[in-house]
Amino acid sequence: MGMAIKLLACTRVWISRNSIKRYLMKVVIFLLALLPLDRLVWLGFTDGLGANPIEFITRSTGTWALVMLCLTLVMTPLRLLTGSLFWIKIRRMLGLFSFFYAAIHFLIWIWLDQNFDLAAMVKDVIKRPYITMGFLSLLMMTPLAMTSNHWMQRKLGRRWAQLHRLIYVIACSVILHYWWHKAGKNDLDTVSIYATVVVLLLCCRIPVIRSKLSFK
Amino acid sequence: MRFIDNTILPSDITPKGVFEGRRELIKAAAAGSFGLALAPWFSREALASNPEKLAATLNPAYAVKDELSGYKNVTTYNNFYEFGTDKTDPFANAGTLQTRPWTISIEGLVKKPVTLDIDALLKLAPMEERVYRMRCVEGWSMVIPWDGYSLSKLLSKVEPLGSAKYVEFISLADRKQMPGVKSNILDWPYKEGLRLDEAMNPLTLLTFGLYGEALPKQNGAPVRIVVPWKYGFKSAKSIVKIRLTEEMPKTSWSQFDAREYGFYSNVNPLVDHPRWSQATERRIAENKGVFAPKIKTEMFNGYGDQVASMYSGMDLKKFY
Repeated sequence: MGMAIKLLACTRVWISRNSIKRYLMKVVIFLLALLPLDRLVWLGFTDGLGANPIEFITRSTGTWALVMLCLTLVMTPLRLLTGSLFWIKIRRMLGLFSFFYAAIHFLIWIWLDQNFDLAAMVKDVIKRPYITMGFLSLLMMTPLAMTSNHWMQRKLGRRWAQLHRLIYVIACSVILHYWWHKAGKNDLDTVSIYATVVVLLLCCRIPVIRSKLSFK
Repeated sequence: MRFIDNTILPSDITPKGVFEGRRELIKAAAAGSFGLALAPWFSREALASNPEKLAATLNPAYAVKDELSGYKNVTTYNNFYEFGTDKTDPFANAGTLQTRPWTISIEGLVKKPVTLDIDALLKLAPMEERVYRMRCVEGWSMVIPWDGYSLSKLLSKVEPLGSAKYVEFISLADRKQMPGVKSNILDWPYKEGLRLDEAMNPLTLLTFGLYGEALPKQNGAPVRIVVPWKYGFKSAKSIVKIRLTEEMPKTSWSQFDAREYGFYSNVNPLVDHPRWSQATERRIAENKGVFAPKIKTEMFNGYGDQVASMYSGMDLKKFY
């Protein structure tokens, strides 16, 4: 009896220690993921955004939305490689940060670029392929962000996983958005790197490769 | 009794250089007391990699009244692919450009082909200061005080032949001085061109400086073209050759994609770039808030009364 109680107590301590550790890790990752935004605010107050601040903020938030998207896509390969579920626990937060930066990116466009001129916006979305792709990407990200909570996950069951496979399509449309924008000035070095990363991450989803990655 | 030796002048006791240096010091101290008001001026001094002064007289007939973009913005936010594709690359990398010795050769369909040294070019005509709008094809614009003289003054000296219809400008492309030339982003050297009447228009400026100083390297030192009614890329930087031709010259951006970049590339809010609208622009100005709305782009960048007649009867949607 005494032994059993002791064991139970030990387990409880182990659980709470582990959950505190996990909680702290999440806080640290949350704060790290906010750094790109902190940086923009800091640069804004110290006159560091350069000659064209709006362009700087737009490009920076766009880039960070893509970086967060790539990090989100890294979590599954990491789980496969390490066998740890920890990665899946922080995946949602990274995905939401990707949406967060994409939303700022979009808001700056409709506010400071289009001045909330709805007609001009619609025209641009239809007429310009790179804007179409950017807009579609955000549109597809929205239901994923909306259904990212546990409640929706439970409610949707198997369909949740199916819905969230949309992230693979989004990764491609985001790269097209970036690529077509940069192609105008033939400045494709940076976007080529991101495209390569995304292709590699998507390859990790191919069953043959996926099983090779799996932690034995 | 006092003895004054009139043969000893104060300037004999204090060497001239030191004496003048002292005056500079006093001036600087006085300026210091106005600290804040003069801060932009001092930051300009600190930024200038080539603080060589140019004595230019303002030509009020060619000076727009818009708020200036500020020396710092003009010299740190540039498209000059020879030094990298990022807007801040030219400022960071252009230090390696050798601007002396420098010559421009003027050749092709002219009666008197000539190669002119930069110092000869500087003295060829009186230096004017002109305040021009500069509209980039990417959708931003600046207002810049340039120093130079009308290109027509140089072209008249070489006497274009009757058969000459176009003027081609060729920029320097030297891998040793220009790190961006190693990439194959464009077909180097950078080439631009104008129709002869456009080149002879008094607005077209052979430019040697900005803000009363020799051109900073990132802005196309030591000599460039400025064509204010066309998108910025038409204004070739660091030019080494001017060639007069009968055929329309092949220009770099148009060779890259003729559908996106036409030969004329006049600023035109009604003709969009295939990837973005040209109806509005973001004006970069010294005291403009970050959240200031964009402004409407004007036909011919607002220079219509001086240039529109050159295009009368032309379909500007076709000849973009």
